Amino acid sequence: MGNKSSKELLEEIEKSELSVKERLEIPQIEMPCQDPAIRRTNQKEVATGYSETDVKVEAARCLNCKAAPCVKGCPVGINIPGFISKAAEGKFEESLQIIKESSLLPAVCGRVCPQELQCMAYCTVGKKYKDPMKSVAIGRIERFVADYEQSTGKTQVPECAKDSGKKIAIIGSGPASLSAAADLGKLGHKVTIFEAFPKAGGVMLYGIPEFRLPKAIVNAEVETLKKMGINFEFNFLIGRTRTIEDLMKKDGYNAVFIGVGAGLPKFMNLPGENLIGVFSANEYLTRANLMKAYDRGNVDTPIYNSQKVAVIGGGNVAMDAARMALRLGAEEVNIIYRRTRLEMPARAEEVEHAEEEGINFLFLTNPIEIKGDDNGKVNSVVFQKYELGDLDESGRRSPVPIEGETTELEMDTVIMALGNIANPLITKTTPDLEINKRGNIVVDEENRTSVKGVYAGGDIVLGAATVILAMGEGRKAAKTIHKDLGM
Amino acid sequence: MNIILEKKKLSEQVYMMKFSAPLIAEKHKAGQFLIIQLNKDTGERIPLTIADSDKENGTITIIFQTVGKTTMELAELNPNDYIENVIGPLGEPTHISKNGTVVCVGGGIGVAPLHPIIQAFKTAGNKVISIIGARNKDLLILEDEISKWSDEVIICTDDGSAGIKALVTEPLKQLCEQGGIDEAVAIGPPIMMKFCAETTRPFKVKTTVSLNTIMVDGTGMCGGCRVTVGGETKFVCVDGPEFDGHLVDFDNMMLRHKSYTEQEKTAKDKHVCNLDKKIKEIQS
Repeated sequence: MGNKSSKELLEEIEKSELSVKERLEIPQIEMPCQDPAIRRTNQKEVATGYSETDVKVEAARCLNCKAAPCVKGCPVGINIPGFISKAAEGKFEESLQIIKESSLLPAVCGRVCPQELQCMAYCTVGKKYKDPMKSVAIGRIERFVADYEQSTGKTQVPECAKDSGKKIAIIGSGPASLSAAADLGKLGHKVTIFEAFPKAGGVMLYGIPEFRLPKAIVNAEVETLKKMGINFEFNFLIGRTRTIEDLMKKDGYNAVFIGVGAGLPKFMNLPGENLIGVFSANEYLTRANLMKAYDRGNVDTPIYNSQKVAVIGGGNVAMDAARMALRLGAEEVNIIYRRTRLEMPARAEEVEHAEEEGINFLFLTNPIEIKGDDNGKVNSVVFQKYELGDLDESGRRSPVPIEGETTELEMDTVIMALGNIANPLITKTTPDLEINKRGNIVVDEENRTSVKGVYAGGDIVLGAATVILAMGEGRKAAKTIHKDLGM
Repeated sequence: MNIILEKKKLSEQVYMMKFSAPLIAEKHKAGQFLIIQLNKDTGERIPLTIADSDKENGTITIIFQTVGKTTMELAELNPNDYIENVIGPLGEPTHISKNGTVVCVGGGIGVAPLHPIIQAFKTAGNKVISIIGARNKDLLILEDEISKWSDEVIICTDDGSAGIKALVTEPLKQLCEQGGIDEAVAIGPPIMMKFCAETTRPFKVKTTVSLNTIMVDGTGMCGGCRVTVGGETKFVCVDGPEFDGHLVDFDNMMLRHKSYTEQEKTAKDKHVCNLDKKIKEIQS
């Protein structure tokens, strides 16, 4: 079935009932993307999405395995063969309803889930080709059916049960919090979300760039919640403007869910790390995304003018920061990672996109010193070379420095994308809230914290994880809250 | 929320504004600050110090200098206007204890955040000696309020138009030499804080400074406000804004202040230019 268009493929597929062998022969439909040379100059979404024909063909690759191994790989257990078979029939609304039984943010997860490590890692088709990237493109189909609903303007506002008389406070407005809010709202509770920024969405707004996750998608989810009657309090920092104790003792909240994410950026404690031109990825991306600094001249938030950029780290955030720097006009962007490509935690598609856009990768390399000029501005970075040693506790081969092998490269910007640690504000201002040695909140299997009536989920519990895991946690906590309220 | 109740021009570039913010006023303690953003889509976020709070009436008073586009736009707002986004109170409150004699040094609009700190030290039972400085008489702020809460006030101006013609470090040094000073607080331009810390260092007088750095979120997330304190990186927004003045790397902090000088100047010039245009339109 080689080099045929999806239209031709679909015509063939629709002729007769396909055998397993025939389904396996359908080639994976590539994700249409903006041309790399063009997209590196704009903020628009890189992957433009499947067409109706594309999605029907891709869905026809699904073997509808009885055991559905893919579902095991999904952190929230979406009925994947179920929604794919509806998509194959062109019943996109029904398909989406199946996803929505388990996931509240399909348009987001379809875009940002590391599918090759989750559902696609277990897909029989991928197993057959010994490559999870050749599995059924589950995320792309999920994205299509979610976008389809938004494009038809027929987004359904979930029905809410009658008022339970219970008030619930949700802290933060990222994926864990939005999911918890949606479930609790549906159950008839009066939900208020407290957010420090003036806009809702958390990491989906300030962290993930427009070119990977259009903000309109996040805003649409937030609007749906508002229509459900969820209340939002912006510019409100729990721990400062009000404490959890105030919420429960003075303001009459029956339960509190903490979904504040992992808040403090990590640095390396290198000499020169506080020079001008060294940023956390959080700062760089927040300026660019949430504060729209890319729209130079029309917004007030400035962003650094960079020519030669080193982004330190190998995760999705590193890819985002690097690709943003490129879009903001940097001549040369380098991703510096102390292990090899194999160990990089970023989504495969993001790494590919970054490469296509012309980003350099320096593997087995890590900075040891940042040097500056007389004005305190970064002008070079000294890097240490590494080799891979034995397996470490994460199950990956650990990088070992090669003595004496260092290089100094000219750079004017260094972006640290090393992950985040827990923000101590809430834990510091909530007596008796148990935390572990990393500062993450300790919860039981049902997301209860050590304080009665207080629940937590997402990155503040897990450490830095993914949107879908956070969403799953939010939903689990919502279920427990409902149960504990005696409902 | 955040409706402006009162506005006063204190000097050429300095404004006082009182606005309604009952929740912030309820929690505010000396040493804490705010972040404001005038437009959630296009505005930048800037930290501002709190000059006073009134828990009963639910108001916050800020005193600010028009140094860039956002502060200029803020100064263009009037009573009954809203400040679109205000978040606070941010940062750790000043550590206030009964310690004996405390010298509080304020320079320029640094006198504003010093005001609640002076009140708190006085209320805690300390003897408070305040040194307030400005370039000239017209730029002096909160003289009466500071006098009300201080046992002694020393006024310094660069040109001698009010008080003594001296830098704030001069009376500070004299007080240290006389002895009996248990603690000092210095708030003002970075260079003033640096020299206050250098003045007290030989006398081993604990000196607290309050830093005002570039910030985005103000909640610990971005790290843009980081400073080197005693060789360690600290975040002004969550670890501060107050630090031991003897440990702060002021030189690095002053350099970091200049991270966006070019862009800030362009934005300010453009704003001034647009204002001029508007004024001309109105006049013609």
